[in-house]
Amino acid sequence: MNFSIYDFTSFTQWIDKFLYDNLPAFWAVAVEMVIIGLLVLVFYAMVGLFLVYAERKVCAFMQNRIGPNRVGPYGFFQTIADLFKLLMKELVYIKNADKLLFNIAPFIVIIASFMAIAAIPFAKGLHAIDFDIGILYVIAVSSLGVVGILLAGWSSNNKYSLIGAMRSGAQIVSYELSVGLSLVTIIILAGTMQFSAIVEGQANGWFIFKGHIPAFIAFIIFLISSTAETNRGPFDLAEAESELTAGFHTEYSGIKFAFFFLAEYMNMFIVASIAATVFLGGWMPFHVGGWQGFNHIMDFIPPFVWYIGKTFFIIWVMMWFKWTFPRLRIDQLLTLEWKYLLPINLVNILIMAFIVLMGWHF
Amino acid sequence: MKEIINLPVKNVEEEEYHINMGPQHPSTHGVLRLVVSLQGEIVKNLKPHCGYIHRGIEKMCEKDTYPQIIHLTDRMDYLSAHINNHAVCLLVENALEVEVPERVKYIRTIIDELNRIASHQLWWCSFGMDLGGLTCYFYGLRDREKILDIFEESFGSRLLHSYYTPGGLMMDIHPNFQQRVKDFIKYFRKKIKDYDKILSGNIIMHERTRGVGVLSKEDAISYGVTGPSGRASGFSCDVRKHHPYGVYEKADFKEILGTAGDTLTRYNMRMLEMRESMKIIEQLIDNIPAGDYIAKMKAVLKLPAGEYYQRVEAARGELGVYVVSDGNKSPYRMKFRSPNFSNLSALDHMSRGCKIADLVAIGGSLDYVIPDIDR
Repeated sequence: MNFSIYDFTSFTQWIDKFLYDNLPAFWAVAVEMVIIGLLVLVFYAMVGLFLVYAERKVCAFMQNRIGPNRVGPYGFFQTIADLFKLLMKELVYIKNADKLLFNIAPFIVIIASFMAIAAIPFAKGLHAIDFDIGILYVIAVSSLGVVGILLAGWSSNNKYSLIGAMRSGAQIVSYELSVGLSLVTIIILAGTMQFSAIVEGQANGWFIFKGHIPAFIAFIIFLISSTAETNRGPFDLAEAESELTAGFHTEYSGIKFAFFFLAEYMNMFIVASIAATVFLGGWMPFHVGGWQGFNHIMDFIPPFVWYIGKTFFIIWVMMWFKWTFPRLRIDQLLTLEWKYLLPINLVNILIMAFIVLMGWHF
Repeated sequence: MKEIINLPVKNVEEEEYHINMGPQHPSTHGVLRLVVSLQGEIVKNLKPHCGYIHRGIEKMCEKDTYPQIIHLTDRMDYLSAHINNHAVCLLVENALEVEVPERVKYIRTIIDELNRIASHQLWWCSFGMDLGGLTCYFYGLRDREKILDIFEESFGSRLLHSYYTPGGLMMDIHPNFQQRVKDFIKYFRKKIKDYDKILSGNIIMHERTRGVGVLSKEDAISYGVTGPSGRASGFSCDVRKHHPYGVYEKADFKEILGTAGDTLTRYNMRMLEMRESMKIIEQLIDNIPAGDYIAKMKAVLKLPAGEYYQRVEAARGELGVYVVSDGNKSPYRMKFRSPNFSNLSALDHMSRGCKIADLVAIGGSLDYVIPDIDR
């Protein structure tokens, strides 16, 4: 076994082989599942907490403020302190709320975002499950979250929550189309839905550069519609604190509120990592065809760093959106999707298919 | 299992439901309660319920002397506290036929306009926030702070000043006042461009506000909507032009008038008014004449028996003060015509058929201050 930060394949295969050699097949799979589950759980919590901190700092930067700076160096432990506060808070139960649905809703939201992480390649070989329909799986799983939001709004027995949930339902169902179709554009170019193959396909140039203008348009559409799908500003109509107080999670408190909060940030992380993987080459370093020396220097930066860097760049762009734009109205939101993004997307797919057929891409 | 109660069958399409926006709601800017009838997201009608912060200021005035009343007027529209004070001061001065020194008039006019800018800045903050653009809030407050610092240096308080007194001012302005005001104008002329960049030029903001909550000129007059909200509908109602007080006659400024009467026009009115106020201040700040800061007044002010009315242009519209005096040191009856109360009355008319999000935008553009509605 040789361990290298540039290629995790041999390391993970060594663990796999070790388990299968020493345990019956069923137990080997079970142990692998537990290990991966724990790792993903820890990663999930760490990233969630870090993103909350990052958002506070970014928004403070946009708003002439300093942001958290009291707990720990540069206020780094502020979110952890907040997590403890939320854990210790009383869970408020609403009279006449549908208890079962009310309790189950935050878990559905968080599980939906939790499941999507499994399919994302973090670095070469650092990949929980490499489906051959990876993109389809991620789209399917991440859209389950809307069920949780609808249930939360419905079961809270609060009109504000209900309006928020209905808005969110209309919004996510509509924008799901654009997310899917903009990814289809790249699937046509890549010829596969498997994440590892998509990343390998970008070894000599990221798809956003390889696919001419259609890939770029698809990237922009993906950015817009994935922001809408994660219920973030300027599309945060489901929460719309100035209209609906807090929308679908008005009645939640304590750790259940924290679940919704964390799920929002993790959804943002997931869509950002899909954008990074599909359009910006995932963990693949930045290569320019022909420039051997330059490519060699780029290869020295570990894949994991490339992946995190690209993902956080997109997250930063999404935060930038949120803190500078006012919110759209529900009819404008649906107009944007059905009258603009969807037709553009369909034409874009045709153009991309034509380019691929003619072999005009790089 | 819960039993399903059989309600009388209604046509679901036409069924309305009600939500209470307020008394505690982020976009009512205070303790205002709007009972909104909704059909889906569409507002059918709304009923404002005010009185949650009623303190009986008008009744309290009946046992206070005139200099004491000044302190109560601060608490009405706390964002244009100086202008409220000005109304009562002018009323008492006109009733007693006191000639206030020219210096006082200049200083009052300048401070009124500074107060107007500060009030519009806070409106800009909260309007941005109502639309969902949270960054505006911090830009606006950052610049408002500069005005409050100038106020603090001259007369020690930042929000409720009670700086004017019948006959003049409590104390003279700070020696730094003129320089700091000039610095502020220079600073704010630059910063107001940021306001335009972040909100005025934003396409989402235009889409959210254009054609929303239209108030025609006739309706504006019949509801008594004044101030920037009324002028957006083309209702020429600037008290500074029509019934000048202070030294507004000597200043060269335009009355900003709109035509469309929608939320976007109301927004633009206030943005232009801030620039117009800066123009007034620039003209006056170098010409403050020397002299006393207070006229000779009697120790106890007693208004001759009779009725008096004085109006001024507050940041949100026309503020009227009506006093019936029976010759005593406190008024027999006092009534304030507060701009916000009249402006709020038009909200139902303007927001019918709009969405909830529009209702918030319209409310933001009317810029109501709840303590002024309830008094």
